[in-house]
Amino acid sequence: MDTSVENGSITRSDIPLRVISSSPEAILKAKKRTRLSFRQIRTETIFKKTLMIMGLIMIILVLGILLTLIVQSLPSIKALGPSYLWGKVWNPVSDVYGAWPFLLGTLLTSFLALAISIPFSISVAIFLGEYHPQGWLPNLLKDTVELIAAVPSVIYGFWGLAVLVPIVRDLETHIGVEPVGVGIFSSSLILAIMIIPYAASLGRSMINMVPSHLKEAAYALGATRWEVIRSVILPYTKSGLFAGILLSLGRALGETMAVTMVIGNTSLIPKNIFSPGNTMASVIANEFTEADKPVYLSALIELGLVLFLVTVVINMIGKKIIDRVTND
Amino acid sequence: MNIESVKFRLGKSSGFQILIYTLAFACVIPLLFILGYILEAGITKINWHFLVNIPKPVGESGGGIANALLGSVLIIAVASVIAIPIGIMAGIYLSENKKSRLAYWCRLSTDILQGVPSIVIGIVIYFWLVRPLGFSALAGSVALAIMMLPIIVRSTEETLKLLPDSLKEAGLALGLPFHRVIFKVILPVGVGGILSGVMLSIARITGETAPLLFTAFGNPYLSVNMTKPMQSLPLLIYNYATSPYTDWLNLAWGASVVLLLWVLFLNIFTKIITRKWKVQL
Repeated sequence: MDTSVENGSITRSDIPLRVISSSPEAILKAKKRTRLSFRQIRTETIFKKTLMIMGLIMIILVLGILLTLIVQSLPSIKALGPSYLWGKVWNPVSDVYGAWPFLLGTLLTSFLALAISIPFSISVAIFLGEYHPQGWLPNLLKDTVELIAAVPSVIYGFWGLAVLVPIVRDLETHIGVEPVGVGIFSSSLILAIMIIPYAASLGRSMINMVPSHLKEAAYALGATRWEVIRSVILPYTKSGLFAGILLSLGRALGETMAVTMVIGNTSLIPKNIFSPGNTMASVIANEFTEADKPVYLSALIELGLVLFLVTVVINMIGKKIIDRVTND
Repeated sequence: MNIESVKFRLGKSSGFQILIYTLAFACVIPLLFILGYILEAGITKINWHFLVNIPKPVGESGGGIANALLGSVLIIAVASVIAIPIGIMAGIYLSENKKSRLAYWCRLSTDILQGVPSIVIGIVIYFWLVRPLGFSALAGSVALAIMMLPIIVRSTEETLKLLPDSLKEAGLALGLPFHRVIFKVILPVGVGGILSGVMLSIARITGETAPLLFTAFGNPYLSVNMTKPMQSLPLLIYNYATSPYTDWLNLAWGASVVLLLWVLFLNIFTKIITRKWKVQL
């Protein structure tokens, strides 16, 4: 190739020509090469399409779950109407379905569990985020708390049945309520242990993100450690902590096995926090395979639909808050 | 400012510090209690016969959990075979298309799927697979695979997002086709993060009971047929733990120890991977 500069612009005087030999072998070779590169392009397109389809599968799965739940609970929505949600009696034998005992049971267990676990999870978050972000003991605590989330829920349930229920029964005898042991209080205790890690680990990362100049400014004004936590760290991280608590709540609402094993499984409205009851998840686990009538089955699925919607909304609000906090 | 009020404030500060220390370490106590109790109650039940025999009927002592062990391994293996390719590819898709509308909806779906209660997944799979085909281990595997997916997708995406773009651009500039860049450059570099996501998801589903209740259903006999009901460890624990017979309770305690050790091992292994490859999950 030979380039020359004329009038300040580069022109090519001699463009190398590609000579295609007309011999049969050479044509064959060229054809092969073309086919190969076409095949490569095709593979690439197929690969990109496959990736997209895999992404689509996630969307289809969620839509499929939602649609299945809605379609399968249509018979009960049609037959029972919205009053299903606040009907106080659940008696499949005489075809009376009211979800209120289970809604109440779910709300009671979840919020009681949340109330018990919040002081602990916030303390872990403050300890790991502010007092001791590094060192072997904090690391050990962090790993151990994360391990709480790893233990299978059926094992929590089994332990609860064998150890916690007798203890609660003793307690109930002492304070003079009917000593059944199983019930809302026992399941709340188990749940409270199980949901500590969720709020704790999120809270820790939020507290880690507090800018140090804010804390240093407070110290420079003469604030004590507690005053810094109280009036700098907690206000700064309050939405993050709230999001962590929401995620814990979502976990508690959907938790099935541990609760099913220790809540006592009665469809009566719980009289107090010590009486046995049922949550939405536990009643599904117990009665789904026994449901012999279409409306009965459909009523159970409607519970599942309600559970699905509630947990999705709670989780989404939590995620939105986290996104907003971490993007700032 | 008098010295008394300063002292009071300092005292209050250390008081709260002690309170927070106490509460933080109090969290560990129930876990230690549970682990200790399960190990103490179950470790004596485990021996060779326990691992290779199937449960005996009520009234006969002895028997083991071989059917549940094998069932758990099979169900989890099939679930992984389903979920790992889909999850990793969806993760790659998300990291390659950060801004597209489909990616936004895909990300949203992953978040939603992560929060879906496991029992709801059980119900849905019941209608998708059990109604037409009957209770089967395969249905259980699909249910567990759906629970694995969001974890794998998120960890793959987060890992690949951290890789520098120059890595991919260098490969493409050399004339490598896109899929070879992904398989030969991007995935080998991100393997640590992806692997720990996969391990985490397996650890998560190993103890899941609720989605198996209406799908794999449980089976008192040894079975390797994926199209028939199959026992799994968590199902066995749930069924036998709520039974009144001592022999069955003993089986459940032994099975709990096996399950617990299995899950703890997976978690510790994941921790080691995460530390070694310095992955941020």
